[in-house]
Amino acid sequence: MSKQAPQQGRTIRFRIKRCDGPGKPSYWQEFDIVPEKNANIISCLKQIAETPVTVQGEKTTPVVWDSGCLEEVCGACTMVINGGVRQSCTGLIDVLAPNNGDTITLEPMSKFPVVRDLWVDRQRLFHNLERVKAWVPIDNTYSLGAGPKESPDSQATHYKLSECMSCGCCLEACPQFNIEEDESKWDESFIGAHAISQARLFNNHETGKQLKDERLEELSGKGGVGDCGNAQNCVKVCPKEIPLTESIAAMGRATTIHAVKSFFSGKK
Amino acid sequence: MSEQRVIVVGGGLAGLAATIRIAEQGIPVDLFSMVPVKRSHSVCAQGGINAANDVARQQGYSEYQHFDETLIGGDYLADQGPVLEMANFAPKIIDLLDRMGVPFNRTSEGYRALRLFGGSLFKRTHFSGASTGQQLLYALDEQVRRFAAEGKVKMYEFWEFLWPVTEGEGEDKRCVGIIGQDMRTMQIRAFRGDAVVMATGGCGLVFGKSTNSVICTGGAASRCYQAGAWYGNPEMIQVHPTAIPGADKCRLMSESARGEGGRVWVPRQKGDTRKPTDIPENERWYFLEERYPDYGNLVPRDIATREIFDVCVNDGMGVDGENQVYLDLTHMERDYLNSRLGAILDIYDKFVGEDPRETPMRIFPAVHYSMGGLWTKHTPGDAVPGEPRAVVHKPGDSAPIDADLGHGMKFCAPDNMMTNIEGLYAFGEVNFAYHGATRLGANALLSCIFDGLFCGMSVSKYVTEGKPKQHPASGVDQSVFDKFVAAEQGKMDTLLSGSETGASDPDTNPYTIANELGVIMTEASTVVKTEEGLEKCLAKIRELRERFSRVRLGDGGAWTNQSLSFTRAVGDMIAIGEAIAKGGLLRKESRGSHYRTDYPDRDDVNFLKTTVAEYAPGGDDECNIFYREVDTRFIKPRPRTYGKTDDSQSKKTQEKAEAQA
Repeated sequence: MSKQAPQQGRTIRFRIKRCDGPGKPSYWQEFDIVPEKNANIISCLKQIAETPVTVQGEKTTPVVWDSGCLEEVCGACTMVINGGVRQSCTGLIDVLAPNNGDTITLEPMSKFPVVRDLWVDRQRLFHNLERVKAWVPIDNTYSLGAGPKESPDSQATHYKLSECMSCGCCLEACPQFNIEEDESKWDESFIGAHAISQARLFNNHETGKQLKDERLEELSGKGGVGDCGNAQNCVKVCPKEIPLTESIAAMGRATTIHAVKSFFSGKK
Repeated sequence: MSEQRVIVVGGGLAGLAATIRIAEQGIPVDLFSMVPVKRSHSVCAQGGINAANDVARQQGYSEYQHFDETLIGGDYLADQGPVLEMANFAPKIIDLLDRMGVPFNRTSEGYRALRLFGGSLFKRTHFSGASTGQQLLYALDEQVRRFAAEGKVKMYEFWEFLWPVTEGEGEDKRCVGIIGQDMRTMQIRAFRGDAVVMATGGCGLVFGKSTNSVICTGGAASRCYQAGAWYGNPEMIQVHPTAIPGADKCRLMSESARGEGGRVWVPRQKGDTRKPTDIPENERWYFLEERYPDYGNLVPRDIATREIFDVCVNDGMGVDGENQVYLDLTHMERDYLNSRLGAILDIYDKFVGEDPRETPMRIFPAVHYSMGGLWTKHTPGDAVPGEPRAVVHKPGDSAPIDADLGHGMKFCAPDNMMTNIEGLYAFGEVNFAYHGATRLGANALLSCIFDGLFCGMSVSKYVTEGKPKQHPASGVDQSVFDKFVAAEQGKMDTLLSGSETGASDPDTNPYTIANELGVIMTEASTVVKTEEGLEKCLAKIRELRERFSRVRLGDGGAWTNQSLSFTRAVGDMIAIGEAIAKGGLLRKESRGSHYRTDYPDRDDVNFLKTTVAEYAPGGDDECNIFYREVDTRFIKPRPRTYGKTDDSQSKKTQEKAEAQA
């Protein structure tokens, strides 16, 4: 555990930004709790749900939040904690609030529409994976033997990129990726580091390559890789340490080559 | 495209594999999930997926031996036909996943690497780092996204399954759709389907803290059970030996840690307060290696769990006097650990704040997997073995049955993994079919995908050639669906009518009731069970059921009401909890994960039988238990010892060490 053992039985305060639903105003509520041993944000939210009474003594509804595996592998419980985007399951209370009276602030991600309280609708994130055809176009699921051989080095790169859990941290931190509630504008808005990195993953796969041109076409268009402002925030907040800026650079180069090839082949 | 449609509930490995296979047959699929399918609980699977392979074959291994290992691992409680078919089909699954782009770890020459796993002496586990489940799920998710983009699959994410819709009675009863609820708008509506595939996973949350995701309440399975589907072997719950205890859940520390060389130990001297790295080799008690010289740290999970429990709880030998033992990888190369186990070592580091590459991990068993589940049928395959073989199959013996399709279970038979309700199927962890009384490590991912691909064909056959061919669900009278919608609406109204903003009286608080259920279930119905404990557990369940009838929600809202969804699941967990405890009480023997101190031996005469739980409301308890014969056509059950040494020998070493100390 952390070097100085945090005091057991201390009271800590949660400051939570709430919202009753789309189009409704946001408001703040505060809750004091005595966290359990080895508590994290999730176990504290559960405690609040069991006895939802604010610091002012007002009875309220349990806070709504999204969560899943609680092992930082599903990406569901992403939120803005003390101003930074991350998963709440790995938000250990002994680290975030070691002293009596410490406050932890929770807000929903700001780049996606709020469904309620801390729960946001990240459908656009998945839609953008569809834009780059983030899949291997296999013929069918019948037995046709093994896939392509691969070197351990190539596997290591491939695996790292494939660890992306679609949490959206990179999008929350990106100055070019902005909230867009109008679905019809999604295809022209910045696609995001996660999708660019997935395009790289599948363009490097022996069979995935078949769709390379289509992916590069999408990344060359409006909202594509050219919209990246090179802030490099994405790579700093990625909980899986995926080399997102490397992927953006690689796809940037690939789209340039693609444009030149298309020009000379008369496709454009 | 066919006129018929299929509904798949659940978007983990089983649900996605079924969706792909059925949609590929030209049948439209509606896929329902409480979460974006990419966040399903399959992501948590770490270690790998089993299949016979060329390297192991050349060492004398075979599909048949994988079959044999799975059976003895499950203490012979699984019907043998489906297990044989699964083992035989397994290599095809690995190849397919490989084609889909799963980044399996590679050998230096570029072939798929293998690792050792529990219950086998051969490397037959394929893996992708230590997040194999995540990688397999993503590969299937990508294929389903492709199908959805092509219009072959319609996704209903953030929709909760509330009830199966059935028409007809008795023999004619069949499933023709589901009632679902949008978790955001709270809209309840009916969906028509010519077959419904439940692929909704396990029920770990019945035990409060487990290794499961927050969605694994077993609610969907419980609703099918309460609607008349049978539930098989409910008492068979796997407690994984190695997890990190936490306030919100217990985090899995994969069996692959041991498969790659991890060693389990405690200090030989009780109350030794030295740092683990300061304790010399000869003062460490590697109790699994000592008691099981052949399998060592890789005995099946129920055995490792009981040994750890025994060392900590009965002998008081746990590290720092607490319920924890060391799982040690510090003797291994850092780079090797990172490439093989990086993901899980990071989990330990992030949640405990210690680097397991430097300091041994402290772990303890936690509820992990439901071998039991919805009872399902199957049509046996074409292998006719005569008498079950009593001889032990040795490595290198030629397999008595080859690995061709259809020997264990008939390919495309419409009833494969169909519940006792026609048209209602159960795939993956939610069924009871493959793992008997203990699941071997790295067999779960296999059974999920096997069901989806192999039994997905059965669903296709059923809807195109069975009853739905003449009588498609689209032709069923609307009033049938309206009746079920009204019933669900009524249940919701009842729950909401008792709501009070901020309600927190522990007597009627849904969170408190769930916590109390978890505590009693963990205490009475996991590692060690007794008649007394289980009776007490059932009495507590009756109390909780009564309190639940007066439950008060803290939120009466009509928008994204998570309290409603959770509370409804609490009622369903009580129903499943009762089946688990009652199944355990009536099974007066010990078998696999089910260990009764008052009946410590396996009793094949009386209990080589499937427990079947049938929901029977109205009485004091609501669960009726009966038994069905287990199919043991191929292999005659043998003692399940895994070469355990004479305990006195181990005790002697122990005493000697204590004397020295």
